[in-house]
Amino acid sequence: MSELSELYQEVILDHNKSPRNFHKLKDADRTADGYNPLCGDKVTVYVKLDGEVIREISFEGSGCAISKASASMMTESLKGKTAGEAEALFDRVHKMLTGEPGANGGAADLGKLAVLSGVCQFPARVKCASLSWHTFQAAMKKAGGTASTE
Amino acid sequence: MKRARPATVSEGWEKAGSPLDIARIRQDFPILRQRVHGKPLVYLDNAATSQKPQCVIDAVRRYYEAENSNIHRGIHYLSERATAEYEETRAKVQRFLNASDSREIVFVRGTTEGINLVTQSYGRKFVKAGDEILITAMEHHSNIVPWQILCEQAGARLRVIPMNHDGELLLEEYERLLGGRTKLVAVAHVSNALGTVNPVKQIVELAHRRGVPVLLDGAQAAPHMAVDVQALDCDFYTFSGHKLFGPTGIGVLYGKAPHLEAMPPYQAGGDMISLVTFEKTHYNVLPYKFEAGTPHIAGGIGLGAAVDYVTGIGLEAIAAYERELLAYATQALSAIRGLKVIGTAKEKAAVLSFVLEGVHPHDIGTILDREGVAIRAGHHCAMPVMQRFGVPATARASFAFYNTKEEVDVLVRGVHKVLKVFR
Repeated sequence: MSELSELYQEVILDHNKSPRNFHKLKDADRTADGYNPLCGDKVTVYVKLDGEVIREISFEGSGCAISKASASMMTESLKGKTAGEAEALFDRVHKMLTGEPGANGGAADLGKLAVLSGVCQFPARVKCASLSWHTFQAAMKKAGGTASTE
Repeated sequence: MKRARPATVSEGWEKAGSPLDIARIRQDFPILRQRVHGKPLVYLDNAATSQKPQCVIDAVRRYYEAENSNIHRGIHYLSERATAEYEETRAKVQRFLNASDSREIVFVRGTTEGINLVTQSYGRKFVKAGDEILITAMEHHSNIVPWQILCEQAGARLRVIPMNHDGELLLEEYERLLGGRTKLVAVAHVSNALGTVNPVKQIVELAHRRGVPVLLDGAQAAPHMAVDVQALDCDFYTFSGHKLFGPTGIGVLYGKAPHLEAMPPYQAGGDMISLVTFEKTHYNVLPYKFEAGTPHIAGGIGLGAAVDYVTGIGLEAIAAYERELLAYATQALSAIRGLKVIGTAKEKAAVLSFVLEGVHPHDIGTILDREGVAIRAGHHCAMPVMQRFGVPATARASFAFYNTKEEVDVLVRGVHKVLKVFR
């Protein structure tokens, strides 16, 4: 069970059970829908900006424990960040999820998000963990469309 | 021919009275000997694709090692041998489906292509603006989308026969929907997401009373029960080789000869012609009119071996054994607190879709995988079915005759592990 317990850590199970910022943001100025056609996971990300700074961020949707926990933790970690900082963080998270060499050194300063590092042992689940991040990115680019993990 | 075996009563764990020697059958499938994450593989994803017996693997290998050549055109030894073997499969499939004529057996890539052939050939010719096509609420996407495309092209309307909460079609609604505008009915023989065995004989009868032809999607039925297209009297029947323990990329469309005769070619190219000039082309006879280009010869030959294999075991015996397995698995899974079976029709094939309170099917799939258990988690290419039951996805265990009750026990223990992680 070692790889499994690394994947389903207490923090992840907790975020799955009681996701943070799990609601619609009425006065959001950026929003996007994300969809994983493989498993049917759906997420909507709402962002309220204050200039370059992410003032509020929330999400809604349905998905597995990994995608829900990842979305929940993403909203916590992005609140207060600038668009540029968020982009840089996504880059590092993505490297951690896909197990890119050298990513581990960076996982230390990813804070809470580092609990998702177990995902890289489960290639089929990387898309679950990255769905909300892709959706956030789509919202920020104001593509207005749907983000997909494909 | 190759693995035909007499009915024997196993001395193993098998319950007395079961005519299948599962322990021996399992030895025919090399992949089943494998360990996954250190655990014996428990393969319960047969509705997605089935495993291949050694005789199928050998047939494909033999073709490439000793017969490889193009068919229907060579005058040399290899081509004659390959052609004979490929065409022998057509005869085997004809007997397998009890079709009256081998000209009615068209080779396609799989069920999906079989349906697309009918929509784009039969449909484009006979379906006009204002006409209606009937499908059911439990169809696989491949028996929905091709009809949607046809309806858009023709200006026709797609109508859906509803089902009840057990996953059974509402036949009175079906009768109501069948009308003067109905041009074709397309129904799954067995639902891939729910396991429901539809009353297809009755469905065909009702349609024929109004002169409406019926296509049956047999992808989930042909591997698990005896199919007699003449007794069913269906107009089209299609299935995939890879779900019938044969290779991927080869499948069958059965069509009644008068329909096939009246239909234009589906794809154009070599082999489907008899004479070509720049002014006019004469099409080949049935079934070659629908088989343009060099086909999946190795696949066809492998399918022949697969048909021999299942016929050797016997479809009746397979169906009886799988019924027993389904009853056992349904009881064992239903006893788990918080587990709900989706698809509880009275007539079911060995497909068990379920959801677990508070746990997403994807997480069930990952944890079971670490126990060596392969199931499918997702929408099973039947998103309207998921919507009907108000779930985003289900976990699905689907069985074949090589599965055992012991494997069901491993599945059940795995589900308890899932609960342990999540509670």
